[in-house]
Amino acid sequence: MSALHIKKGSTKHSAYNLRPQFSDVQETHTLALVVDNEAGVLARVIGLFSGRGYNIDSLTVAEIDHAGHRSRITIVTTGTPQVIEQIKAQLGRIVPVHSVNDLTVEGRSVERELALLKVEGTGDKRVEAMRLADIFRANVVDSTLESFVFEITGTPEKIDAFAELMSPLGLSEIARTGVAALSRGSVG
Amino acid sequence: MVVECLKDQGVEVVFGYPGGAVLPIYDEVFQQNGIRHILVRHEQGAVHAAEGYARSTGKPGVVLVTSGPGATNAVTGLTDALLDSIPIVVLTGQVPTFMIGTDAFQEADTVGITRPCTKHNWLVQDTENLSSTIHEAFHVATTGRPGPVLVDIPKDVQFASAGYTPVKQVSTSHYQPQKKGDMASIEELVEAIETAKKPVFYTGGGVINSGTAASQLLRELVDGTGFPITSTLMGLGAYPASGDKWIGMLGMHGLYEANMAMHDCDLMINIGARFDDRITGRIDAFSPGSKKAHIDIDPSSINKVIRVDIPIVGDVGHVLEDVLKVWKSRGRKTDRAALGEWWNTIGEWRKVDCLKFEQKGSVIRPQHALARLEALTKDHDRYICTEVGQHQMWAAQYLGFEDPHRWMTSGGLGTMGYGFPASIGVQMAHPDSLVINVAGEASWLMNMQEMGTAVQFRLPVKQFILNNERLGMVRQWQELLHGERYSHSWSEALPDFVKLAEAFGAKGIKVDQAEDLDEAIKEMIAHDGPVILDCLVEKHENCFPMIPSGEPHNKMLLGEASTQDAIGTSGAVLV
Ligand SMILES: Cc1ncc(C[n+]2csc(CCOP(=O)(O)OP(=O)(O)O)c2C)c(N)n1
Ligand SMILES: [Mg+2]
Repeated sequence: MSALHIKKGSTKHSAYNLRPQFSDVQETHTLALVVDNEAGVLARVIGLFSGRGYNIDSLTVAEIDHAGHRSRITIVTTGTPQVIEQIKAQLGRIVPVHSVNDLTVEGRSVERELALLKVEGTGDKRVEAMRLADIFRANVVDSTLESFVFEITGTPEKIDAFAELMSPLGLSEIARTGVAALSRGSVG
Repeated sequence: MVVECLKDQGVEVVFGYPGGAVLPIYDEVFQQNGIRHILVRHEQGAVHAAEGYARSTGKPGVVLVTSGPGATNAVTGLTDALLDSIPIVVLTGQVPTFMIGTDAFQEADTVGITRPCTKHNWLVQDTENLSSTIHEAFHVATTGRPGPVLVDIPKDVQFASAGYTPVKQVSTSHYQPQKKGDMASIEELVEAIETAKKPVFYTGGGVINSGTAASQLLRELVDGTGFPITSTLMGLGAYPASGDKWIGMLGMHGLYEANMAMHDCDLMINIGARFDDRITGRIDAFSPGSKKAHIDIDPSSINKVIRVDIPIVGDVGHVLEDVLKVWKSRGRKTDRAALGEWWNTIGEWRKVDCLKFEQKGSVIRPQHALARLEALTKDHDRYICTEVGQHQMWAAQYLGFEDPHRWMTSGGLGTMGYGFPASIGVQMAHPDSLVINVAGEASWLMNMQEMGTAVQFRLPVKQFILNNERLGMVRQWQELLHGERYSHSWSEALPDFVKLAEAFGAKGIKVDQAEDLDEAIKEMIAHDGPVILDCLVEKHENCFPMIPSGEPHNKMLLGEASTQDAIGTSGAVLV
C-alpha cells in the first residue's frame, strides 16, 4: 500500500481547472442548489461546469425530500467575482433547478465535511496517530493490528490539517464527502 | 397520444423523417388530417426547416425523427437553435425502455448527447407522463429565453396507452422566468435617456423573440426619443431599415456609422442583444466612454462579457412598455441640443458611405447582385433566408428589412447548410409569400438534398446562389491572416446547378453577365415553383467593412487598400 502524499498547505482539489487564471482576485464560494430529483440533473450541473470551464472544488448531492422529489446540491467553486456571478446565473437557467443560494455572500453559514482516513503503521507511529485523532475528535471506526480507519467531521480546513498530520504516520487512503452547508439562523 | 398533444398545442406542421423507433407515432400521423407532415431528406434539414418556420411566425417549430442516427443528425440544428434562441420541439423515438443500455439497434444516448445543445430535454419512461411532458416541453421552449427542447420517447412508451392530460390540466411548471423589469432600474434608465448627449440603441434578436408588440414599442421609443438605433445580425427588422433613426447593422461586418456610434456613444442601451464577440470586437476597448444599460430576459446574459451599469432582467416588451410609461410621465425629456450635435457627427460618418461599390464591366459583383435583388423584390411580401459566409454578410448589408420575422439567418452558430431547409420551413408557414434563400455555392451544397422536399411539397422557394466558386469567407481570412495561402478554400467539381435543379424537377437559371441579371431575377420571381438561380459573381471580392479580430470598433477596415498587416498575431488566434 503506497502512502498518500498530500502537499503541505494544499486545500483545493479542483476537478476542472481549465480556465486560465485572470488577474482578478479568485474567491471561493459555497453554493446551495435545490433541484428536482430527476434523471440527469446532476449531469446538467456538472456539464455546465465542464462545458464552460468553471472550477468545482467539491460537490455533494443527496435527496432531501423524498415525497417532493427534491435534492440538494452543495458546490464549492472558485473564480473571479464575475465568474461566480456567471456560474450562479447559468445554474439558475437549468430548468430543474429551483433555487441557487450563495452561502458565502448571504450571511454566515456552517460548513461540514466528513472524511474516512486509513492509517497504517505499528509501534510509535500507531500511538501517535491515535493521540492526534483524539485531539481532532476523530473516531476510530475500524481497526486491525496494523491499521485504523478514522472518521472525522469538520470544516474542509480541519480535515486538510488532520490529513496532513496523518500523512507521515502511514496515511494510505482517504475518502471525503465534500462539503454540506447551511445558512445560520432561521430561514426567515 | 403524441399527435393529440401536438394538436392541443396548436401545431399545424411537423418536419420529420421516419424510422423504426417512431413507427407508432407515424402510424398516428397517417390516421389523421389535422397536422401536415413534411418529409425532409435529412434530419438536419428538419430542424432548420422548423427553425425557419419558428423565426418567421414566432410559433414553435416541431420536428419528429427516429432514434440513433435520426437523433444525432438533429444535433447541429439543435445547437443552432440554442445559440439563436429559437423555440423548437424535437420528438425523437428511442429503443424500448427494457432495451436501453444494451447497445440495441439504433440506440444512442439521445438525452445525453443533446443535453448541452438543448434548453432542456426529457426521456419519457412511462406513458402516464407522456402528454404532460410534451406540454411541459412546449412551455419551456417558448417561455423566457426561447430555445430548443427534446423529448425522447421509447417505442414501448409509444405503444402503451394511458390517460391523456390536456394542456389546461398540466400542473403549472415551476419554470416561470421573470417578465417585468425592476422599476428602480427602469427609472435609472429613463434618467440616463433624459440626459444623454450621445446615445445609441443597440438591439438584438431578443426584441424579435419578444413578439411583434415589442418591435412596435421599440419603434415608439426610438422615434419618440430621436436616438439613433443599430442592431445585430439577429435583430434586423425590429426597427425598419427605412426609418430615419436607423444607422445600419453593427459588428464585424457592420456599417461604419453604426460601429463608430457604438464606440463613441455616452449611453448605450442594449435591448435583447448579448454582447457577442462579433459585436464587441476587442473587449477592453469596447465603447470606453459609455454608460451601458442592458435589457435581457436571461440573467446570465447580463455582465457575462461586458459589465453594465444598468442591468434590467425582463422581457423586452414588458420592460419597453414601462420605460415608455415612465419616460412619458416625466415629460418626454431628452437633451435635444446635444442630440443635434450627435446626429451631425453621425452624418459625417455616413458620408464615408462604407457600402459604396461600382459595378463595372460584365462580371457581376456580389454587392450589385444583392442591390438588384433588393430593388426587384423589396415591394414583395418577402422573406429572406441565408446560408453562412460572405454572401450572408452582404445580404445583411444590402437588403433592407422593414418588419420582424422577415430575416432568417444562422447567427450564433454560423451553420452552413442552414438557409435552404430554413427557406422550406418559411415557405410552409407563408405559402403565398416570396421566400428567397441568399446562398453561397458551398453552403448550399451542404443540404442540397432538400431539393426533393421543395419539389415534393411544391414549395416555390427561390435559391439565389452567389457563386464565387470559393469558400469566400474562408478565402478572405486566408488572404488577410495567412499570407494569401488559399488552403482548400475553393469549390472544385461544382455541379451544373441548372442541370441539378432540372434533375430534381425544378427550374434552374444561370446568369454570368451583369446586363442579364435583372432579367434572371425577374424570371426567378415569376416562376411558380422552386428555382435555383446560379449567379456567377466576381471570385475574389472581399466583404467590407470589417473589424479585424482583436481590434476595437474604430479600427475598421473599409476596403482593399487598408488590409495590409491589419490583423496582429494576437488577433490571429481569434475566430
Ligand atoms: C458547417 C460549417 N462548416 C464550416 C464553416 C466555416 N465556414 C464559414 S464561411 C465558409 C465558406 C462558405 O462558402 P460559401 O457558402 O460559398 O459562401 P461565400 O463565403 O463564398 O459567400 C466556411 C467554410 C461553417 N460556417 N459551417
Ligand atoms: Mg462561395
